[in-house]
Order: sequence, then C-alpha cells, then structure tokens
Amino acid sequence: MHMADALISPAVGGVMWAATAGLTVYCARKLKDRDDNGHVPLMGVLGAFIFAAQMINFTIPATGSSGHLGGGMILAILLGPHAAFLTMASVLTVQALFFGDGGLLALGCNIFNLGFWPCFLAYPFIYKPIAGANPTPRRIFLGASLAAIIGLQLGAFSVVLETLAAGISDLPFTTFVLLMQPIHLAIGIVEAFVTGAVVIFVWRARPEVLETASSGRKFGDFSLRPVIIGLAVVAIITGGILSWFASANPDGLEWAMFKTAGREELEAPGNAIHEGLARFQEQTAFLPDYGFKPPAETGGAAQAAEPEAAEPWPSISAGTSVSGIIGGVMVLILAGCIGFVLRQFSHGT
Amino acid sequence: MASIDTALVSIGALNELASQDTHIHRLDPRAKLITTVLFIVTVVSFDKYAVSALLPLVLYPVVLTALGDIPTGAIIRKVLIVSPFAVLIGIFNPFFDREVLMHIGGVPVTGGVISFASILLRFFLTVGVALLLIAVTGFEAVCQALERLKVPRAFVVQLLFLYRYLFVLLEEGLRIRRAYALRAGDTRGVAMRHYGSLSGQLLLRTLDRAQRIHQAMLCRGFDGRIRVARSLRAGPADVLFVLFWCLFFFLARRYNLPLLLGAFMEGIV
Repeated sequence: MHMADALISPAVGGVMWAATAGLTVYCARKLKDRDDNGHVPLMGVLGAFIFAAQMINFTIPATGSSGHLGGGMILAILLGPHAAFLTMASVLTVQALFFGDGGLLALGCNIFNLGFWPCFLAYPFIYKPIAGANPTPRRIFLGASLAAIIGLQLGAFSVVLETLAAGISDLPFTTFVLLMQPIHLAIGIVEAFVTGAVVIFVWRARPEVLETASSGRKFGDFSLRPVIIGLAVVAIITGGILSWFASANPDGLEWAMFKTAGREELEAPGNAIHEGLARFQEQTAFLPDYGFKPPAETGGAAQAAEPEAAEPWPSISAGTSVSGIIGGVMVLILAGCIGFVLRQFSHGT
Repeated sequence: MASIDTALVSIGALNELASQDTHIHRLDPRAKLITTVLFIVTVVSFDKYAVSALLPLVLYPVVLTALGDIPTGAIIRKVLIVSPFAVLIGIFNPFFDREVLMHIGGVPVTGGVISFASILLRFFLTVGVALLLIAVTGFEAVCQALERLKVPRAFVVQLLFLYRYLFVLLEEGLRIRRAYALRAGDTRGVAMRHYGSLSGQLLLRTLDRAQRIHQAMLCRGFDGRIRVARSLRAGPADVLFVLFWCLFFFLARRYNLPLLLGAFMEGIV
C-alpha cells in the first residue's frame, strides 16, 4: 500500500512531508529526553527485524495466497509510540531508497500512513486500553489485532484521500474507497492475527520485554495533545502558503514563484531579467499554435495567466500534438545519444 | 515484498554500484540529494496530461547512469518490480476519463489514456532517480548529507543503525526461513500457525543482540551520539551541478521542449 510519487501532486507531497518532518522532530526530541540510551541500538535492530520479518512470507490458509507482516503495531508495542514512529520511518526510508517502494516525495505520505496511525492512534487508544495494566494473553491478542486492523484501515483511507487531493488519478471517491478498504480489511485481519501471535509469543517467552514497554515507566507518559497541535499548525501554515500559491496561479504550483516575480518586475519596468526572459520567449515561441504568451506587456501577471486557464493543456490541437510527438521522440533519441557519449567519455577517463 | 535472497542481492548490488569512483560518485552527496529532490518535485508538478513535456527530464537519470557507470537494465528491472501499485491505480484513468483529446494516425486517444501514460512516465522517472541516488551516492553518504541538512540526529542515527544491522538480520531471517523450508518441504511460505513463533524467535534473538550491542557500545564510551570523522565539503563542481540541473528543470518545466523541437523540425522539413 505504498503511495507512489507518480500519483501525488507537489502540494499533497509537501503537506505530508511537513507533517512527517514535524512528527520526526517531535519524536526525536522526546527520545533525547531519556536518560537511558539503550533504545538507540534497540530501535536500529528492531527496524532491521521488521525488514527481515516482512520478507518471510506466510501462506494464508484456504486461499493459496501469501501475506507479510506490516510491523507498525509490533514496533509500537515493543518500543512505545515515539521510538516506533522513528523506526517505522527509517524502515520506509530504506525501502524507498533501495527498492523504490513509494518514492522520495511520497515518503512523507507513506511514513504518515503507516507510522502515524499505528503509533499515535491505534497504540494509545486501542491497544493500551484493551491490554490494560495487567495484561492477559487474550487481552494482548485482542488489543494488538484490533489495533493492527484499525491502523491499517486508517492508513488505506489516507491513501485514498491523498490520491484524490492530488487529482492525478481519475478514480471517483466511492469507487476508490470501496476498492481500498475491503482489500485492506482482509490484509489487516491477516496482519492482526500474525501481529497478535508474535506479541503473544514474546509475552510468553519474555514477559519483561512487554512489561517495560507497557508500564510507561521507562518510556514516559503519552499525550496526544502536542502532536495534534503541531499537526494543526503545520496544516494551517502549509495550507495557507499553498492556497496562496494556488490562487496566484490557476495552474496549481506551476512556478508561482516565477509568476509572482514576474508581476513584481512589471511594476519596475526596464528590469533586465524580465526583458531578457521576454526576448527569450519571443525567440523560442516559433510555433504560433502553442502560444507562449509573453507575460503581458500591458496587463498584470494575473491577467496573463487567465487565458492559460481558459485553454489548459488538455485542449490539444492537431498541430501541437504532432509536433509534440515528433519532438518527444527526438528528445528521447537525443537523451540516449547524450547518455551514450557520456558513458564513452567516463570509460575513457 | 521481495524474498530475502533477492532483497540481499539487490541491496548488495546497489551497494557495489555506490562504491565506484566516477565523476558523479565524487560529487558531494548533498548536491545529489538536493538535485534529486528538485527533480522529483519538478516531475510531479506537471499537469496530469503532460507526457511529451515530461520527456526532456529523462536527461537527468540518463546522465546519472551514464556518468555514474550504472547498468541501465538493472535499474529498469528494479523499477518494474515495484510498479504494480501505480499501475493498478492509474489503469482506471482510461475508464473514467473517456474524452477524446487527440488523434494519432486516425486513432482517437482519450484523456484517460494520456494521463495513464503520464502516470507511468512519472513513476519511472521518480522511482528511477530514487534508486539512482543510492547507486551513485551510497546510503551512508546520503545519511551524512541528511544530517548536514539538519534532519534530526536521532533519525539519522536510526537510519545508520538500521542499515548496519539490515544485513545481519536478513541473513538470520534467511537461515530461519531456509531451515523451515527444509523441514516443512513447502518453500512457498510459512504456515500461518507457525509464523508467530518463527518470527517471534527471530525477534527474541534480535532483542538479545540489541542488548549485546548496547553493552559493547557502552564499553566503548557511547553517550547517545554517533560522531562522524569524515566531513563534507562542497566544491565548485557541486555548486555547478546543482545550478545546471536547476536551470534545466526550470526550462523543461516552463517550456514544452519536445513541442518546440518538433515544430522546429517541421519548419525545416
């Protein structure tokens, strides 16, 4: 259920990155306050454990298919929410870098979807109340599996929301929800069962491991308030900035920087950069079909943007699409040639 | 998710590529990290129907593979392995967006098909450069760059630790998995009723190992910080690298280069 770069917009990726970065800083600060640094190697090795355990596939009875562990819930139970969030984030980062699961811009989404919900919602509000202060195997199992299911459902729902907000996919909301939630319910039930089984096994073999984690003695009391306040601040700030960008230019984040800069320069005529760019545009716009409107000699940049909005990219005329295809093929050939030459060059030296 | 053997092989392969010494490998990791992030932001900032306009951006991964001496096939194969999710979501576009936007040789092409092609192209570009970043930089160097770019130290230390023990635990998992397969006969997967104790066993060993590592670290004076002796220094080549690509990304984003080139060629012919 890794979100992919190809399906998100810069705004969605940016907001989720900001939220994840805020959470990471918050968690890192929480960990720094601990007087004992035994969690440092523990987190690292447990992250590697989750990595390895995810790759041991198990067969699901009567279906012939196989599943693997998600791991967020196990980490939260063993490490507490803050350390678990950082560990999950590190696992997802390595997966994004080495296996291309998701992508670098979607990493913020993925860490949020798979780390925030299990660590900061499912663990404190579902697992802990059910497992209680004096856990029994049944309560641990019930708490761990329920938390795993709900955590995954929230994660899947976040994928739906992020995809819709980006608008790259044309899937309607209800279809997408009906597609994602049942699939992840099935995955979640299997994962819940496995999570419960692993936690119970550890509890039977080494009850002290779970007790230190759940007692709250060593890992500190947990409060959601700073997290929620931080997220709200991040959302407001990024939302505000992004909507300002978006309103300055109807084409989303289409270099609003450039446009706003262009507007400022219009107020100060005779600016060398602006003139240079305008001249460059005149020289390059040798295809009348595809009008590169020079940023409005008479009007403001906002007015210059309007015709573009009225005639967006989808309204391709025959002329532009043919030159687009010819040019596209040529660009690819050109890129291939550059690559070939560079490779020869790097071998030569 | 890949099996343990393939994961080990593929991480090892990327590592080996990263240990090369080429012009690209010698660049400051921060320069490569920043440029790669800018590249991805540029790619995703394009309109959902952008296909031809995206093509010039292929130059960045092409230059990285060529100058970094990276086998193109290996990267493409890795990208293909993880493509199902994006393909699965994107494949619905042709069904929901049926408006005909253009004709290629008389064949009508709908908006959904174009946006699906755009998703595939985006996917290849973004995932490809993420893998290339590691192949031309190496994981430790990326972590070092992250630390210098003010990513919280606790997270960077966590990444380094995870990476250090990834191989150990993957090998341990591989041994457990192999031992199980030899006894159970079926190599497809672990029976679900055995999975809890099997991975629980791995977990217990992991916890013991963490304790031993911690004791060993304390013996050597660990105080919660990891100190890196190497230092990063950005030279003119690094600045030039970032500036060149910034300019290129800006031009590719601002102007539809293939369209201009195509029109130019039509004008000549």
